[in-house]
Amino acid sequence: MKLRLHIWKQRDAATDGRFESYDVNHLTPDMSFLEMLDELNEGLITAGREPVAFDHDCREGICGSCSLVIDGIPHGPRRATTTCQLYLREFADGAEIRIEPWRVGAFPVVRDLVVDRSACDRILQAGGFISAHTGAAPDGNTLLVPREIADEAFLSATCIGCGACAAACPNASASLFVAAKISHLGLLPQGRPERNARARTMLAQMDVEGFGFCSNHRECEAVCPKEITIDRIARMNRDLYRSLIFPRRGSPS
Amino acid sequence: MIGELHANEPSGPLEDRWNRHRFDMALVNPANRRKHTVIVVGTGLAGAAAAATLGELGYRVKSFCFQDSPRRAHSIAAQGGINAAKNYQNDGDSVWRLFYDTIKGGDFRSRESNVYRLAEISANIIDQAVAQGVPFAREYSGLLANRSFGGAQVARTFYARGQTGQQLLLGACQALNRQVAAGAVDLYPRTEMLELIRIDGRARGIVTRNLVDGTLAAHTADCVVLCTGGYGNAYYLSTNAQGCNTSAIWRAWRHGALFANPCFTQIHPTCIPQSGSYQSKLTLMSESLRNDGRVWAPLQAADSQRDPAELAEERRDYFLERRYPAFGNLVPRDIASRAAKEICDAGRGVGPEINGQRLGVYMDFSEALDQLGESEIRERYGNLFEMYERITGENPYRSPMRIYPAIHYTMGGLWVDYNLMSTIDGLFAAGECNFSDHGANRLGASALMQGLADGYFILPGSIGDYLARHAPERIAPEHAAVTDALAAVGSRIERLLHAPQAKHPPEYFHRRLGQLLWDHCGMSRDPAGLRHALVELPRLREEFWREVRVTGSGTEFNQVLERAGRIADFLELGELMCRDALERNESCGSHARTDHLTVEGEVSRDDVNYSHVAAWEYRGADREPKLHREQLHFEFVHPSVRSYK
Repeated sequence: MKLRLHIWKQRDAATDGRFESYDVNHLTPDMSFLEMLDELNEGLITAGREPVAFDHDCREGICGSCSLVIDGIPHGPRRATTTCQLYLREFADGAEIRIEPWRVGAFPVVRDLVVDRSACDRILQAGGFISAHTGAAPDGNTLLVPREIADEAFLSATCIGCGACAAACPNASASLFVAAKISHLGLLPQGRPERNARARTMLAQMDVEGFGFCSNHRECEAVCPKEITIDRIARMNRDLYRSLIFPRRGSPS
Repeated sequence: MIGELHANEPSGPLEDRWNRHRFDMALVNPANRRKHTVIVVGTGLAGAAAAATLGELGYRVKSFCFQDSPRRAHSIAAQGGINAAKNYQNDGDSVWRLFYDTIKGGDFRSRESNVYRLAEISANIIDQAVAQGVPFAREYSGLLANRSFGGAQVARTFYARGQTGQQLLLGACQALNRQVAAGAVDLYPRTEMLELIRIDGRARGIVTRNLVDGTLAAHTADCVVLCTGGYGNAYYLSTNAQGCNTSAIWRAWRHGALFANPCFTQIHPTCIPQSGSYQSKLTLMSESLRNDGRVWAPLQAADSQRDPAELAEERRDYFLERRYPAFGNLVPRDIASRAAKEICDAGRGVGPEINGQRLGVYMDFSEALDQLGESEIRERYGNLFEMYERITGENPYRSPMRIYPAIHYTMGGLWVDYNLMSTIDGLFAAGECNFSDHGANRLGASALMQGLADGYFILPGSIGDYLARHAPERIAPEHAAVTDALAAVGSRIERLLHAPQAKHPPEYFHRRLGQLLWDHCGMSRDPAGLRHALVELPRLREEFWREVRVTGSGTEFNQVLERAGRIADFLELGELMCRDALERNESCGSHARTDHLTVEGEVSRDDVNYSHVAAWEYRGADREPKLHREQLHFEFVHPSVRSYK
């Protein structure tokens, strides 16, 4: 099969970008979307032209590096799928495809399709952890965690930090990302002591980074490759409001 | 240059060694710790755990990773689980049994003291991870759940569905983030180590390249810790992430750190087979699938193109169950992999034909689906089945999966002593990038255990002990060793950018290197093939430096340059792997030499001549590396023939 690609090219955050068009031929439906870009790039390098920069690493949907907006949808047309797990069988032969980077003010473009997502790390540094000193842990079975709670915490903890939620949000909000971490830790007994402070400090940092806030568009949920649901955001809001009532670290539950 | 290799292990009863050693280690006064700087390269399980814990203890830590965030290090992709000798299931597990299983699984090519310590620490890791909020699988009672895992007859594996590595790494990175917030750790993402700085024989720093703008910088410290993962990407196609590389440990090797057992590379039996020549990576299907999946191939080569549903039981060969009735589908990875290769070499493979061969066997869940129901199978393996469907377009709930072995893990790495210090004073190596603990074959669910044992519990002690004996001392930025290292990196980059007859992209050479290594230093090895590879590899390397085409410049974001630099190092490493495989005239664990197999095709060790660690020393580009041996002493277990029949 063959495709016509319109790809966003941008030298760096300070330079304006534009779309450039490329034709790629001799593709097969079993090829992954990123392998198609590899083919394109190898051809460009051989011709002495600049290849297209894009982030990728594990290529199995877990590291969260890949980050392409494909025809207007973060991670492309297939639900619950990262860009790297997208295969050309999702596209028609001869199709034209538009490929862009995440478009979020808090994620400045590094080069072409690569953006700087360090804002997400700074939000996590503001409180996305349990203060458990190495070596101080009691036996793992000391605190029982009901299976339903453990499963809920796990489902929140599957967030890969790709940033698609913010890229899809009309407010460019990272609420789903933040809420996933807050729910993961807050649901577990080990994370409850710091629960109130966590919501307050992480959301304050989200604000500092320039993300918007949630107004229930639910676009994030629709593009999340790990299908994290927005009831996490409700849980986060509850933690935030409670932290305003009980401003001290500990939380009466 | 380097005399006999001393592992610096404690002596005495095995179960007392680690405890006694901890007491013997020197301590740094808490008030003085802030005066010491430690560089930690890599933020996988070992690196993130070490950086976080050293930060907690009060040292100044600089943590580096080439990814845009520490959380993306490749430990994130580990699926199956983590072993610990908790014996929560009361099925007869113990520290001794985990120790014995690990030593035996490694085919008696690892150090008793190290492996025993690993088994001892395993239980602490689970406790630590739970305290951090790692959401391990639980029973309805709220207790931690366990499963049995490749090669083990007890259920000692803790897991978080098929995403255990992700959850453990997020736990370690949370601890790291906490230290970043506390000001104890400085984080350098998108920063790649390209050179080691050595002063008066000691590792004193690294040269890095900022991958965003290309700036080269020298970072100096009181010691350097490498936690930079394995080198499986030397084979081009592997289950590793695209960025995984050998460059950090290769720079260390070129500075004189010995490289141990480079030919011990693990092939994982359950990966999704290749679908075409454009393929960029292979995807692992967790071997936990082997708990419920039955591996088979058509009995007759003539049936290999037929729909598996058409093949009745009597036309199927459940070859693992047939050959290894005691362990069946759960035999260790090396054994399962070779068995699958033999089937495909005999023309009984299934799936698409690539270069005249069908490389795949079936892993069938129909029996488990009948017995347990689809919802239970979905609960256990849902994400893996989904991943398989996404990649192949086939539904494994309806038809059997196709699997084939792929390069997955490297047991070899920098030689380290009991303190995880390499042969360069002050240079430590932890996690997959060192050679310790797994011998010639790693058991399932042991990599996560080792990475975290090294990072949380071993390095903090050994580094304290080292720093207590070395007063903090600042290195001037204009020190000749610093400026020389910076200049060396700069000129290497220039060389990569300006090959005299530049024409091929770096991948062109990487694919050829991978094919050579897979053919001659892969699942089975023979002297003639290895000699052939040793002739071809220097030619390929020469061709690379003459014809590699790297676009752009060194002073900007340049992914082609990054890849070219890593491939250049793989090209040198490949040669050392083949040399080691040729020198080791025996078969053991993952290292299967066709001239050293039993009549039944099983590996056959030579304990008289090869019960040692082969550690190679770099002696300059124009001289052959020198082999040093660390003799392995088995005081507590008796090396036996590994039998899983």
